[in-house]
Amino acid sequence: MIAESVTKTVVRYLPIVILAIAWEVIARMNLVDSLALPPLSKVAVAWADLMRDGELVDNGASSLYRGGVGLLLAIAIGGGLGIAMARSRILDMFINPLVELFYPLPKSALIPVTVLWLGFGDASKILLIFLGCMIPVTIGAYNGARGSDHALIWSARGMGAGSMRMIFDVVLPSALPEILNGVRTALALAFILLVSSELIVSQKGFGYLIGYLGSTGSYEGMYAVVLTVAFLGFGADRIYQLLMQRLLRWRE
Amino acid sequence: MAGVEQQASLAEAETRISQDALRRFDDIFRRGAGLVSILAVLVAWEYFARSGKVTPFMLPAFSVVAQRIYIDAVHGDLWLNLGLTMYRALTGFVIAAIGGVVLGALMSRSKILRWFFDPLISVGFPMPKIAFLPIIILWLGLYDISKISMVVFDAIFPVVTATLAGIASVEKELLWSGRSMGAGEREMMWQIVLPAALPQIMTGLQVALPIALIVAIIAEMAMGGYGLGGAMMTASRYANSPGVFAGIVEIAVVGYILIKAMALVRRRLLVWHAEAADH
Repeated sequence: MIAESVTKTVVRYLPIVILAIAWEVIARMNLVDSLALPPLSKVAVAWADLMRDGELVDNGASSLYRGGVGLLLAIAIGGGLGIAMARSRILDMFINPLVELFYPLPKSALIPVTVLWLGFGDASKILLIFLGCMIPVTIGAYNGARGSDHALIWSARGMGAGSMRMIFDVVLPSALPEILNGVRTALALAFILLVSSELIVSQKGFGYLIGYLGSTGSYEGMYAVVLTVAFLGFGADRIYQLLMQRLLRWRE
Repeated sequence: MAGVEQQASLAEAETRISQDALRRFDDIFRRGAGLVSILAVLVAWEYFARSGKVTPFMLPAFSVVAQRIYIDAVHGDLWLNLGLTMYRALTGFVIAAIGGVVLGALMSRSKILRWFFDPLISVGFPMPKIAFLPIIILWLGLYDISKISMVVFDAIFPVVTATLAGIASVEKELLWSGRSMGAGEREMMWQIVLPAALPQIMTGLQVALPIALIVAIIAEMAMGGYGLGGAMMTASRYANSPGVFAGIVEIAVVGYILIKAMALVRRRLLVWHAEAADH
């Protein structure tokens, strides 16, 4: 059983291994400029160096802090707003058009504004990620809460639940799948906004480190950080999906 | 018995009619409220900016920003920047759309291609691909080709996955009857499989289009030069805040128009499909 599933995983991810080997061979045979494509093994060495001298950890910690705070704020406020809109006709009528207006706004346009307001540090990145990630969470919560079963709400009301109890015991659980989907979009968006804003203007973080290593010509290190961020984004999504399955298990 | 049923269905029809009227009234009311709330935001923006609570640097008045957009439009800067951004985003989008559908279709036909690309796509999709921008610049330089490549690299993933999912969910009956009527492989793909998968493919394209715009703007911001993103960065560097806010308004309008246009294309292309009945 275990051996079988291991072989399955190996066969499934073999193409990635093949690509990695092809990369190494192409770079070693000097088929392309070795500056443009350093061998994977050298990238791995550069990664170990960056880990050892703490640069990757320091910059990574500051990126994850910005991303985490921005995303948590977006989930709390965006989720609350979405549910409030679903429960109140007035809020719905006046805020929904604004959400619709800002939804298609390419969030990257906010980068220069947040810099204008809050400068180059943590605060501008947190605001950017919060603003960018709030909309998908709001829309998810709104759609989810609007879809919650009226019979459930009526019977809860009949049993004398107050409006706060109702939201936490009835509306929130039934809106959960859509909220979680919105958060998944927001998670991906948070990584994109984080890295791009750090690439463009920053003095710290993954994006800054990528830009710094690139401008000083340490391309092995640059590749190492790029791959680290890419796989962190991938890993975060996978872990989130597992968490989502857990949270939604009661619905089965 | 029949009488009761008839009465029930009559009552049902009546409620449906009154619900329809109610919904239509609601629609008009909603649209009105929507316009009011957008106007309210603009008025609040103007008022707040002029109230002295914030400096004009932090938030220039809407009228100042509108004036700035007007001047840019008259001088032609706006059209140059807008044209370049649209060219980069839309060229990348079209390449990603065609490439994505072709790759998805090929993957659905060939086991080897599917085996090879499946893990690359499922690993690559959730990655923040924008992190690869410096590598793409290293390879292709600071020209349009690197910006367009970045757009393609980012926008192709939702198209491939949507095409694969769409083709996988085509009804078996359609395939059987097509085959039994003697359709060849090519006919099957063009006449049956792709049209039946079109709703999902369109959804993939609707996800990919805003991504294309976002990435084009980020690439312009990172590389500088002309284009809406580049112009915003220049304005921000010179602390020209009306320029920055003009950029936001312009980009918001472009994004809004593109998304609405895409929804319109979807409705046109899928008139024959069951989902069009809702509209």
